[in-house]
Amino acid sequence: MTAADPPVSVSSRKWTNPFAGIWRRPLTAAALAVVLTVTVAVILAPLLAPHPPLAQDLLHARGGPSASHPLGTDELGRDVLSRLLYGGRPALLGVGVAVSVYIVLGMSLGILAGYLRGWTDRVIVGLMDVMLSVPAVIIMLAVLAIFSQSNVAAMLTLGFLSAAGLARIIRSSCIALREELFVDAARVSGLSAARIMARHIFPGLVGLLLVQMCLFSGIALMVQTGLGFLGLATPPPAPSWGGMVGEASQVMEQSPSLLLISGGLIGLMSVAFGLLGDGLRDLTQDRRQGTGSRSQRPVPVAVAKDTAEASDTPPDAGVLAVRDYSIAFATPQGPRTVVDSVSFTVNTGEIFGLVGESGSGKTVTGLSLLGLLAPNGTVTGGSAWLAGRRISGLPERDLQRIRGSEIALVSQEPMVALDPNFTIGSQLSEVVRRTGAVSGGKDAVGQRVRELLSSVHLRDPDDIARRHPHELSGGMLQRVAIAMALAGSPKVLIADEPTTALDVTVQAGILDLLRSLRDERGMAIILITHDLGVVADSCDRAIVMEQGRIVEEGSVEDIFYRPQHPYTKKLIESTPSIARTEGRVA
Amino acid sequence: MTGTPVLQLDGLAVRYPSRGFRKPPTTVIEDVSFEVGRAETVALVGESGSGKTTIGRAVLGLTPVSGGRVLLDGRDITRLTGRARRALAPDLQAIFQNPYGSLNPALPVGRTLAEPLLADSTRSPREVRAHITDLLRRVGLPEDAADRYPAQFSGGQRQRIAIARAVARQPKIIICDEPTSALDVTTQAAALDLLAELQQSLGCAYLFITHDLAVVKEFAARTLVLQHGHIVEEGRSTDVCDQPQHEYTQRLVAAAPVPDPVLQRTRRQKRLELHATS
Repeated sequence: MTAADPPVSVSSRKWTNPFAGIWRRPLTAAALAVVLTVTVAVILAPLLAPHPPLAQDLLHARGGPSASHPLGTDELGRDVLSRLLYGGRPALLGVGVAVSVYIVLGMSLGILAGYLRGWTDRVIVGLMDVMLSVPAVIIMLAVLAIFSQSNVAAMLTLGFLSAAGLARIIRSSCIALREELFVDAARVSGLSAARIMARHIFPGLVGLLLVQMCLFSGIALMVQTGLGFLGLATPPPAPSWGGMVGEASQVMEQSPSLLLISGGLIGLMSVAFGLLGDGLRDLTQDRRQGTGSRSQRPVPVAVAKDTAEASDTPPDAGVLAVRDYSIAFATPQGPRTVVDSVSFTVNTGEIFGLVGESGSGKTVTGLSLLGLLAPNGTVTGGSAWLAGRRISGLPERDLQRIRGSEIALVSQEPMVALDPNFTIGSQLSEVVRRTGAVSGGKDAVGQRVRELLSSVHLRDPDDIARRHPHELSGGMLQRVAIAMALAGSPKVLIADEPTTALDVTVQAGILDLLRSLRDERGMAIILITHDLGVVADSCDRAIVMEQGRIVEEGSVEDIFYRPQHPYTKKLIESTPSIARTEGRVA
Repeated sequence: MTGTPVLQLDGLAVRYPSRGFRKPPTTVIEDVSFEVGRAETVALVGESGSGKTTIGRAVLGLTPVSGGRVLLDGRDITRLTGRARRALAPDLQAIFQNPYGSLNPALPVGRTLAEPLLADSTRSPREVRAHITDLLRRVGLPEDAADRYPAQFSGGQRQRIAIARAVARQPKIIICDEPTSALDVTTQAAALDLLAELQQSLGCAYLFITHDLAVVKEFAARTLVLQHGHIVEEGRSTDVCDQPQHEYTQRLVAAAPVPDPVLQRTRRQKRLELHATS
């Protein structure tokens, strides 16, 4: 059960456009603008260039910028701007050729290998290994020895040999996509492999392909201009960016600006390709996390100060008291209230149910008591009191001191509390030391860890302490997580759907444990759950929440036998029961 | 039950190769045999790791079978692949557990629903469109749902879309793999009502895979209880739930909490006694 469902937007959104939201990233947008401007200018060279690229004017050799030569002239008096425009043609042609081969070949091989698997996969992976083990530069030089001065042949070779790298990346993403449930569903629907690849696999790879394309463009540009510099790809005197760097480097002493212009443009383009690739990757990631494309910032939530100050005296009942408590989340559409003026009191030694369906605000209420709201969530009104002390609105430092020692959390997924890299024992001792409940050395801590593990009815505490989390079953892990929460002897334990991920037989054991802990320690337990069976089994009193409001409050007997609110009645009726006799049996 | 059963499993076994040299393969299910009759609902109940999902996937051809046979309408489909497997789609369908994962987030709902109809190329685009509108109405979704994306629907609505996809070509049997366990109880009740209603009107059978005995009792006529890949108990759902015979079923039944505090207190007491004696 997550905090709240994302607000449903009315307009249908275009989700596959990898450029959506680019204008929120000025650097990426600038990089895209540079790449597009230079490319268009180079394509339109015959229209834009003020002079023919080979026209010499020896009288104005190495001239500075002037009206007729905006970027000056080189050592033969040729116009630098015109040569840059024309020189970009072999460079960008080469990049285009290499990138096309790279994308088409890498993508097809990757998707085929990753989706079809089996022997197709084995053959393609073998081929990729061969391609990757061949030194690309030497092969390119060999190709140039056969096809003398052929820019296209050289860049084809580069694209071909580099495609193996892309194919590997695509293959592994494709293997992950193939495991998606919607691909299984498409197979069950009777779609052919080719259709599934085109409809379900390829769209998921577009973002990745664009990123790789940009990054490889930068590499290809470097290789192409390198070949130009060596005079291998474009025969002089025809202009090329690499060739211009070569020419400029010979007169570096006399006119350093020539080198700066030609080299600078190559640098600028390759930086732009790199930035564009990085930016696109971040954009695809944003979208995966659901923060992209909606281009507004969340509207911050205003806190009603007056209600916060009004109740400064602690309520005299209960170990935990919540009064007129409201929580709102900041969303781009404005603040959204998810908990609305909630009041309840939890007594010592009581298991108190916070009952509701998803979106009812039960989990948000529980987490906010621990100060664990998501960054865009705020307590907008009311107060919460723990043992007569106000805990709502406390600074983070004070909350940290309270958390674990006075109020603790057990969550649905025990692995949230556990680090897979460390043994159970070492993680528990860390918590024991931090809560400061034990004075003394290593032995005292070890003793306390054993006590904690046996208090959650784990049979062989020493053995458990030596193990890593992955060696234990889900039920045992949840017991360890409970032991961890108990380390600071809290007065209140918040258990957020503690058994939802577990099998029923394991669930029964965990609920037994929570009950016996309450009996032994007199702790108050707040049990957040959607399962009325669990409520009937374990709770003494409960509140039923619907869309952020409390609709029913009372002892479990009252709630189950004398429900007042229609929603509570509906919940009880909807809950399937193994003890019921009538049903929908077909 | 008259005539050939819609689905028949005969000594089905699924084993996965183990890692390491000459290690025996891991057995996931072993010697599973049962039948599902026409328009009948049979539940397959077990806890995690019991192999219940694997059985469903093996029937659907998503997991390779190591032994035994799967018969659909009397015809052996155990090892069908490619074109022959795709030809089963009109008769054999599935609803998966996670409605968030089983719909491609990048496709509008209408295009997802068109998929089972695409395989049948005799329909014109207009017929397909009309059929989708009809399907959406049947599962209680607005007509304009076809143009929206899965992210714009709640979990219950998405599961309705998945149900619409499964019934698009009026299959003989639908494998329902925990179709309601990701839903809220009120949504679950509505989804179960919808499934029951569709069964009435379409006459399809369900193989209903679940961990929840309480749902089984309300929804399925017959129940099979699965433990470690073996069927340990089989019978009418009411019998299995009210008088469980096998020790494992007894534990399962005893552990299922009921939404009734007084009754649950006595049930808990009984469970602890059962636990103490075993």
